[in-house]
Amino acid sequence: MKKTLFDKVWDAHVVKEMKDKQQILYIDKHLIHEVTSPQAFNELEQRGIPIFRPNQIVATADHNTPTLDQHLPVKDEMSRNQLNQLNKNCSKNNITLYDLGHKYNGIAHVMSPELGITQPGMTMVCGDSHTSTHGAFGTIAFGIGTSQVAQVFASQSLLLQKPKSLRITVNGKLKPGVLPKDVILYIIAKLGTNSGTGYFCEYAGSVFEDMSMEGRMTVCNMSIEMGARGGMIAPDETTFNYIKGREFAPKGDEFDKKVAHWKTLPTDEGAVFDQEYHFDAEDIEPMITFGTNPGMGIKINESIPSEDNASFEKSLAYMDFQKGQSLIDQKVNYVFIGSCTNGRIEDFRAAAKFIEGKVKAEHVTAWFVPGSQQVAKQIEEEGLKDVFEQAGFQLRQPGCSACLAMNDDKIPEGEYCVSTSNRNFEGRQGQGARTILASPLVAAATAINGKIIDITKQFD
Amino acid sequence: MDKFTKLTSSAIPLEIENIDTDQIIPARFLKATDKKGFGENLFRDWRFDKNGNTNTDFPLNDKKFSGSILVAGDNFGCGSSREHAAWAVHGYGFKVVVSSFFADIFKGNALNNGVLPVQVSPSFLKNIFEEIKKNPEADIEVDLEAQTITLLSNQQSESFEINSYKKTCLINGYDDIDFLVSMKEEIQAFEKDRVE
Repeated sequence: MKKTLFDKVWDAHVVKEMKDKQQILYIDKHLIHEVTSPQAFNELEQRGIPIFRPNQIVATADHNTPTLDQHLPVKDEMSRNQLNQLNKNCSKNNITLYDLGHKYNGIAHVMSPELGITQPGMTMVCGDSHTSTHGAFGTIAFGIGTSQVAQVFASQSLLLQKPKSLRITVNGKLKPGVLPKDVILYIIAKLGTNSGTGYFCEYAGSVFEDMSMEGRMTVCNMSIEMGARGGMIAPDETTFNYIKGREFAPKGDEFDKKVAHWKTLPTDEGAVFDQEYHFDAEDIEPMITFGTNPGMGIKINESIPSEDNASFEKSLAYMDFQKGQSLIDQKVNYVFIGSCTNGRIEDFRAAAKFIEGKVKAEHVTAWFVPGSQQVAKQIEEEGLKDVFEQAGFQLRQPGCSACLAMNDDKIPEGEYCVSTSNRNFEGRQGQGARTILASPLVAAATAINGKIIDITKQFD
Repeated sequence: MDKFTKLTSSAIPLEIENIDTDQIIPARFLKATDKKGFGENLFRDWRFDKNGNTNTDFPLNDKKFSGSILVAGDNFGCGSSREHAAWAVHGYGFKVVVSSFFADIFKGNALNNGVLPVQVSPSFLKNIFEEIKKNPEADIEVDLEAQTITLLSNQQSESFEINSYKKTCLINGYDDIDFLVSMKEEIQAFEKDRVE
């Protein structure tokens, strides 16, 4: 039978089929962080169950960490306690932890790929919905709740029903100024926030084949924003070249053997998906969101559509936008570049390319937050830090930061923030904050101009 | 985990679509290391203004509504995987959430915490909202064994889907951990045999 990439990886991890379509799925790698793991550790301790495979777990501190003065004790008592708890739990159970200040510390979904932990054909989970990021490698990766974190602790497995399959094909060549973030915002705007629920998505077509690993990660990262548990892209030479030589990647003959296996993973010609969508690269423009879910997106030079629906109106009222309004020239006081969506080196390169030789708008507060220590190091080595500093921007220390604003990086009430993160939900970046999702290029242009500009005009 | 078999209760209506987990429990309340106390902050920024004053228009604060069933608009629980959202719903006292569509992760998290997500047709959901509007004390009966939800005031009823394994777990108050631990030999055999 013809199989999809997803089928191949899933089927290779089924320990046992139970009745009612339930399957025991084996998990290769489990990433954990401070926010969604403590209750799972407690659960096991209370039941006297040991951690089954501690060497298949990697921990990082990312959600609830400051992005300034990380060498000092964390000021907020509850945050400090949560971080201490992670530390204690990991040392007690012999789990590798990249704690604050460690050279490998960073957002789980930035850290794991850059260290070569994420590899094609694996199953990976983390108590975080953006675990879908790792699908960029042809990995089955998805977010789980804390009860499931405890299940994986106890058995390195989960009891699941196999999701349905969905393929989104985008062919053609992207226009200048259109970034991977625009591609995924475009897809979500077209399909809506629940079109993927119950599905695992494969992204196919020349647009994704031509994309770098960083770009593919940005796309897969936001699969959950259309409801899909995960997104995947077939591994190819781009994937193999990215992994080769990384800290925990297989080496020598072992690597070649793995590559030979990884080459068997792409979807068979003629395999059938439960649902398929096709888009044309030429129709995609730089995108921007105007509402309070990631599906409420438009091309940057389009006007806000009209919808006669209470939830739509509630959303516009929260954003203080009107139907039919254009967002060009909208004054913006806050810009955030970072997160597991757009906190990788390529994102900072895109921002720096625009910023070089320019000066930031005086009224803008901009937070540039690398996704990991490794990204921070590379930003410095490539001279991007100097570009940012000369333009008046300050580079902060790694973490999830203003994407979910658990730390002090909160956008004040009523303020607009052009953000490269993944969610524009009410209050996501702080109580009353108004988030406008965009690519790192659009975010950089906003930071320089102090308002949203029609970036497409730069490329005419 | 709490057992669930049958419940008859009035309901609190929340006629909003795409209610995400950041609304159910804002991120700033995720700093705890246990599961207690999240109910107090359920829908925090809709229930209270920034000075902590009660927003009396919000259905959870409206005295005419009560009960342990939450009825919400389409695509409830989208967004983050935070199980804190299910703990908040449970902690506040809800045992059932009714909607025309649930996000995957929330649905699983709810089931793992003894909260039953009941997915109904859009027309039945509309029917429920209308009945509650007419009579805020209208009772709804949710029968897990029979997989039915009934508006007792007009006797309209609909059946709902649930995986039979999950149904057994809820009825008996079991969770997946015990089951998976009992499968350890199979899991070890899988680890030994796998070829890649």
